[in-house]
Amino acid sequence: MNDILTGMIEAVRLILTLDPTLIEISLRSLEVTVSATLIASAIGLPLGAWLAINRFRARRAVIALLNALMGLPPVVVGLLVYVMLSRSGPLGVLGLLFTTKAMIIAQVIIITPIIASISHQAIRELWAAYHDLLISLNTTRWQRIKALLWDGRRALLTASLAGFGRAIGEVGAIMIVGGNIDNATRVLTTAIALETGKGNFALALALGFILIALAIAVNLALHLLSKTERNSLW
Amino acid sequence: MVGPILPLRAESIRVARGGKTLLGPLSLEIAGEGVTIVLGPNGSGKTTLLRALHGLERLREGAVRWAVPEPETRSQQAFVFQAPILMRRSVVDSIAYPLLLDGLRRGEARARAADAAEAVGLGGRLALQATDLSGGEKQKLAIARALVRRPQILFLDEPCANLDGRATREIEAILATVREQGTRIVMSTHNVGQARRMADEAVFLFDGRLIDGGKASDFFDTPKTPEARAHLQGDLFP
Repeated sequence: MNDILTGMIEAVRLILTLDPTLIEISLRSLEVTVSATLIASAIGLPLGAWLAINRFRARRAVIALLNALMGLPPVVVGLLVYVMLSRSGPLGVLGLLFTTKAMIIAQVIIITPIIASISHQAIRELWAAYHDLLISLNTTRWQRIKALLWDGRRALLTASLAGFGRAIGEVGAIMIVGGNIDNATRVLTTAIALETGKGNFALALALGFILIALAIAVNLALHLLSKTERNSLW
Repeated sequence: MVGPILPLRAESIRVARGGKTLLGPLSLEIAGEGVTIVLGPNGSGKTTLLRALHGLERLREGAVRWAVPEPETRSQQAFVFQAPILMRRSVVDSIAYPLLLDGLRRGEARARAADAAEAVGLGGRLALQATDLSGGEKQKLAIARALVRRPQILFLDEPCANLDGRATREIEAILATVREQGTRIVMSTHNVGQARRMADEAVFLFDGRLIDGGKASDFFDTPKTPEARAHLQGDLFP
């Protein structure tokens, strides 16, 4: 209990004094996670829509696989990305290991199935409602996907935010591929793991509170910007 | 520019689902001008016939033929569903959507949509969300969206089924104007009074078969089948 209280006080102190290290790793956390979320959304949202409106032989298998991949163990993803990017790996020549780019790649792999799966569910319901109209209007496949993505944008924002939430709290994969290097790849979650290991529970808790506050702030900001609850009936 | 797409000929069409025939085999021609009303009791195949003519149903047998190749007819026909399908957009953007599909710029599409909204009495509702409209207004929106491409033929599936007398009168007035402007109308209804008011031609379906119909005055004055006679008199079917 004492550690929690001390942690909260330390968190307030770090924020009020605009601690340079805190600012640096917080910004890096945001940079990595926002980049990963944007890339994963660019892949996952159209993929979810495409799966919702297309019928093909392996469709159910693909959807089942996508749902299963939502539970991908981050450590395993980190390990696979590490092997691919290591000097002896097939992509070693790119020199990405222990950079923020490697961390973004790992997070994209982890959260794309989440975003695609949730968006598929949302778009499937919208497609059921719009089906006859869009067929009647003689829309092309791409026009259907565009209409569904635009009109379902609020549900899709939730899908992206679910990906963001998973990514910003992720530690296993980015620790492996980023290396938790000071001034280079250290982010809030890896810093928390490090400080906990060193026994600095108060500082680790302070960073934890800041991480939670950051996640809530981003979610709130996006909901306010997209006015998600403005037209709700209740 | 697409030429006249009518006459429309349904040639021995049959629609089935799950091994059960829902419609047909039946043949039908829609030509000229005016309003064709499709009548019949619930489950007689009115909706299925309209959907089949519009290309929304897979035909098990037969074919629907137009005066021009079918792909060219797509932008020249429009459909209004019994339960209006509303997009999650404002009234003006909902009506403008078909024009955006045709490649019109957003500003021009919205201007034409505003005119179409005005024509159906939704001029003061442009900025509202489509879902916030009343039942009658939702159906007017669906009609405006269907008409904004200026189609040659308009299919309507019981557009007044859930509306009160006032909204029904307003929609009938809109459709009368549409008819005068030369759009061919094919509409189903279970409301015999409405059919009498609007029809130039009538088609009577029973158990998926076309068993009666013809010129409206002839059909309503002297129906040829006992089923049609009973329906027009408001009798209950066994």
